[in-house]
Amino acid sequence: MLTWLSLIVLALFSGAAFLAGRRRAVAAAEGRARVLHSLPDYYGAYAALWAGVPAALLLLLGAMFGGRVEDAMLQANRPAVVQALEPDRQTVFFSDAQAIAAKASPSEVVYEGELKTALDAKVAEARRLQTLRTFGMLAAAGVLALAGFLVAIPRINAEFRARNRVEGWIGVLLIACSVAAVLTTLGIVLSLVWESWRFFHSVNPLAFLFGTEWSPQIAMRADQVASSGAFGAVPLFAGTFLIMFIAMLVAAPVGLYSAIYLSEYASRPVRGLVKPLLEILAGVPTVVYGFFAALTVGPLFRAGFNALGAALPPGPVATYLMEVQNQMALVAGVVMGIMLIPFVSSLSDDIINAVPQSLRDGSYAMGATKSETVKKVVLPAALPGIMAAMLLAVSRAVGETMIVTMAAGLQAKLTANPLDTVTTVTVQIVTLLTGDQEFDSPKTLSAFGLGLTLFVVTLTLNIIALRIVQKYREQYD
Amino acid sequence: MTLNPLISPLRQGHAMPAQSPDDTARAPVVHAPAPIGSAAAGEAKIKARGVNVFYGDKQALFDVSLDIPGKSVMAFIGPSGCGKSTFLRCINRMNDTIPSARVEGAIEIDGADVNAKSVDPVVLRSRVGMVFQKPNPFPKTIFENVAYGPRIHGLASRKDELEAIVESSLKKAGLWNEVADRLHQPGTGLSGGQQQRLVIARAIAVSPEVILMDEPCSALDPIATAKIEELIDELRTQFCIVIVTHSMAQAARVSQRTAFFHLGKLVESGPTEDMFTNPRDSRTQDYITGRFG
Repeated sequence: MLTWLSLIVLALFSGAAFLAGRRRAVAAAEGRARVLHSLPDYYGAYAALWAGVPAALLLLLGAMFGGRVEDAMLQANRPAVVQALEPDRQTVFFSDAQAIAAKASPSEVVYEGELKTALDAKVAEARRLQTLRTFGMLAAAGVLALAGFLVAIPRINAEFRARNRVEGWIGVLLIACSVAAVLTTLGIVLSLVWESWRFFHSVNPLAFLFGTEWSPQIAMRADQVASSGAFGAVPLFAGTFLIMFIAMLVAAPVGLYSAIYLSEYASRPVRGLVKPLLEILAGVPTVVYGFFAALTVGPLFRAGFNALGAALPPGPVATYLMEVQNQMALVAGVVMGIMLIPFVSSLSDDIINAVPQSLRDGSYAMGATKSETVKKVVLPAALPGIMAAMLLAVSRAVGETMIVTMAAGLQAKLTANPLDTVTTVTVQIVTLLTGDQEFDSPKTLSAFGLGLTLFVVTLTLNIIALRIVQKYREQYD
Repeated sequence: MTLNPLISPLRQGHAMPAQSPDDTARAPVVHAPAPIGSAAAGEAKIKARGVNVFYGDKQALFDVSLDIPGKSVMAFIGPSGCGKSTFLRCINRMNDTIPSARVEGAIEIDGADVNAKSVDPVVLRSRVGMVFQKPNPFPKTIFENVAYGPRIHGLASRKDELEAIVESSLKKAGLWNEVADRLHQPGTGLSGGQQQRLVIARAIAVSPEVILMDEPCSALDPIATAKIEELIDELRTQFCIVIVTHSMAQAARVSQRTAFFHLGKLVESGPTEDMFTNPRDSRTQDYITGRFG
């Protein structure tokens, strides 16, 4: 609350600095605006930035880390009575001290005797620290704002290059944003690599990558059944690629043909209506597709196959078909394909539209029909881009989780039968990491191994796709 | 000076009493009405009568009537946006590809109306080739670019026939010596002037009767331009060529007849030499002397 209030005050002060900086610049120009190096607003912005930004950064850092510093200072010297407590109780003790100091609600633990005395002392210390932090921060921010103002204002004169300075600040802001994005990604990748490293200490990487049995059950006790898990990832990747293959079998032709229709055949009003609709479809959450698969498509397919089995003459095939269950790779693949149609068609449509009209004109002028032009000129020219779109769709299919969780089952089977239940890498990661787990057993760590492998696969696909797109762009530019 | 009997008739929308061609020659500002059905017009390869073109609500071409003789080069000149490209695109019905375009009036090639319901624009365009402002080779090999038309029209049943067509087309376009050893490399890798000659070869490959060229040299350097102009001059013995150009010098160099368009109207047309030495209309005079446009 106080932080917000102080930020508002700071913004007002910064605004005042803007006006002061601008006025000083105008005064320095003595009415002839052309004498100034930059537009007057840049001088104002320069003063406002110096007055506002350092203090605001301090306040933000204080809000982010101040609490932790306070905790550390409070816990720095622990009375012997407290040290005698178990680690968990110690944590409760200190959080109670802070809660009482802040007049919030402490836990229901009753403190007596020496512990009570220690608590009172800590409460007093916590209060002192809280006051110190709050007002110290405000005072520091105030001093910083004022100092910034005093640094900026005297510098302003007619020759001062305010525009370059302000643009420098903006450059720093842009760099900071991109660095933050890159560092975050890097952090994620590093943590993935680190945890996988731990996993590969207990499981041989070769056994992981090429093993054909997946049952990550680790027993609680050494003498239990299935005391050692099997971590062969091949069935998972087989399942992933089977479902991806079925999905692309649906999405690639339908998406591509609808893109061809939209870009080459559809009249303007139809295109104006259909294209946004497709793009809305692309925004349907995958979990919605998931329950569509599990509740509608799955039972429908099962009924269909069971009826087919009943109609066929008796035999092993008929018996098998009659026993097909709701959860199968086919359902997950088909629904995932439906999910990918708008993705494929929207990307392909953009790519086909990027083929220069002059090529179409050239073909029409040769007496080619529309379909000849599409088949022999437009599609070959757009092919690299379409390939890239397909690869992006593949990497989405490989990373998709929700639909498969709900429609394909959980059993890790090494099979190419689309009517069987399979499981995928992403589904296994979900099941490994949800629920109560200890985070140092190979079972949970295997999720990181899977994640890393999946990351490498999709990264490779994306890099190939980007490379193709780049090459394709060069052709027309 | 006697007027060439082939001179194309002019019509400026308002009817004029009939005059002999000699009268028109003496009176530069007066326009003669079209002597439709005259022996002179009968020899024209392309006859346009009262052509109006609309893009949506905007009228781009007003009542254009023009005769274009066969086996010669006709140049369309005029300032930007005057409708010369629009008229060119009427001849092979390329305006059909623009949804908002509407064409009125009659354009006849050898006496057959191109806009007739019975005419398939696909067949028409195989008879009327077109070369565009910017070279637009397909992203295929040089061979495949030239073979494109013969393939889609089924002109060659065997591979050696196709190869013969490709070779003779490239030779006619004056490109054979430069590309003979790299027929299977991409056509987009050629220089701008070579690309333009490649698309001319591509157009020739289906043996059209008419070749339309829409500012074929405006994206080329002077040397490539000279080559294309030389080529146009050679091709006119076999084809009826219509060329839109912004360069008056080019019109004077390559064409036998010239038509001047201004603000969507055909101002005048006639033998190129006459147009440039003795224009009948003051607007033509202003344009060719560089006073506007």
